[in-house]
Amino acid sequence: MSRSDVLVDADWAEAHLDDPKVVFVEVDEDVSAYDKGHIRGAVRLDWKSELQDQVKRDFVDKASFEGLMSAKGISSDDTIVLYGGNNNWFAAYAYWYFKLYGHRDVRLLDGGRKKWELDSREQTEAVTPRPATSYTASGPRTDIRAFRDEVVAAIGTQNLVDVRSPDEFSGRLLAPAHLPQEQSQRAGHVPTARNIPWSKTAADDGTFRGDDALRKLYEGEGVDLSRDTIAYCRIGERSAHTWFVLHELLDLPNVKNYDGSWTEYGSLVGVPIEKDV
Amino acid sequence: MCGAPPAGLSLEGIDVSKETVIQGVVILDGQPVPSAYVRLLDGSGEFTAEVVSSASGQFRFFARPGDWTLRALSSKGTGEVRVHAQQGTPVETEVAISH
Repeated sequence: MSRSDVLVDADWAEAHLDDPKVVFVEVDEDVSAYDKGHIRGAVRLDWKSELQDQVKRDFVDKASFEGLMSAKGISSDDTIVLYGGNNNWFAAYAYWYFKLYGHRDVRLLDGGRKKWELDSREQTEAVTPRPATSYTASGPRTDIRAFRDEVVAAIGTQNLVDVRSPDEFSGRLLAPAHLPQEQSQRAGHVPTARNIPWSKTAADDGTFRGDDALRKLYEGEGVDLSRDTIAYCRIGERSAHTWFVLHELLDLPNVKNYDGSWTEYGSLVGVPIEKDV
Repeated sequence: MCGAPPAGLSLEGIDVSKETVIQGVVILDGQPVPSAYVRLLDGSGEFTAEVVSSASGQFRFFARPGDWTLRALSSKGTGEVRVHAQQGTPVETEVAISH
């Protein structure tokens, strides 16, 4: 897998706006961002109301995912180009989610919505309707998703990469600083985890750093890239961004995203926590 | 809201006593700048959060007491300001950008 198979730049995107087999999909934390302007022809995907089970904490099941994709007019053989705000956090989460359900050709738009806006590229408020399809999914894969027991078992035996900000890692903050801090879970991090914030993998405009710089970043922080790795953050979206870096850009085989992340781990009874403050 | 500067975002619904709020407005030539990317950097310069300024140029963070840097990035230019935050007393600031 080469970088161009998983990541496209804005020029590539502009050149494929009218390609019938390329579907642009916007995924934002702020789901109203799409209404204020989006890439022409792009479909909106709501990470919360559409990708999450609305009763228990989990993803929608395969049949529901197939129904969602069919209703959005996405086919199994389409090339999906994901982009969004927050430096592509939620777009990367959706990328990982599409891979979980076996979509073959998914790519991220490098820099996402921010780079597109900073370049003053064309946006529209118009929604382009897409005829319904009959989408077929596979999976869900379990080789790229970590669950809580695996995380506990990974302490001291696998790479644990905590991609939150240093203040969240140390326990001084409980959530990213654009959200209120009052939370029910305990503060801190999983013992033996290395703190390598997602932001170190990207430039200010949200585009990913080169492969050599990325590899040096993790090795410089003492991560043995020959070992299995679990990435986590607070709810699994920033760690999906790092999963993308490790599994897709650096092509490392055994990397999982722990989407339960700190909101689950920090609420578990009896598990070890390290805290710096 | 008594005492709040006219440009400030409403703090209604936020328990100000428990939060360390940093908020303000991005400006260029005295005018608010919407859709600017505002980054909150910690004392070591590390990214902590990022928000997009509103239609009226406003932004807000929930931080912790201490020194922070705000950096704004927009198609119109960039700007930076340092603030000191404390719990219970929201910081109101302006980030002026230039070309």
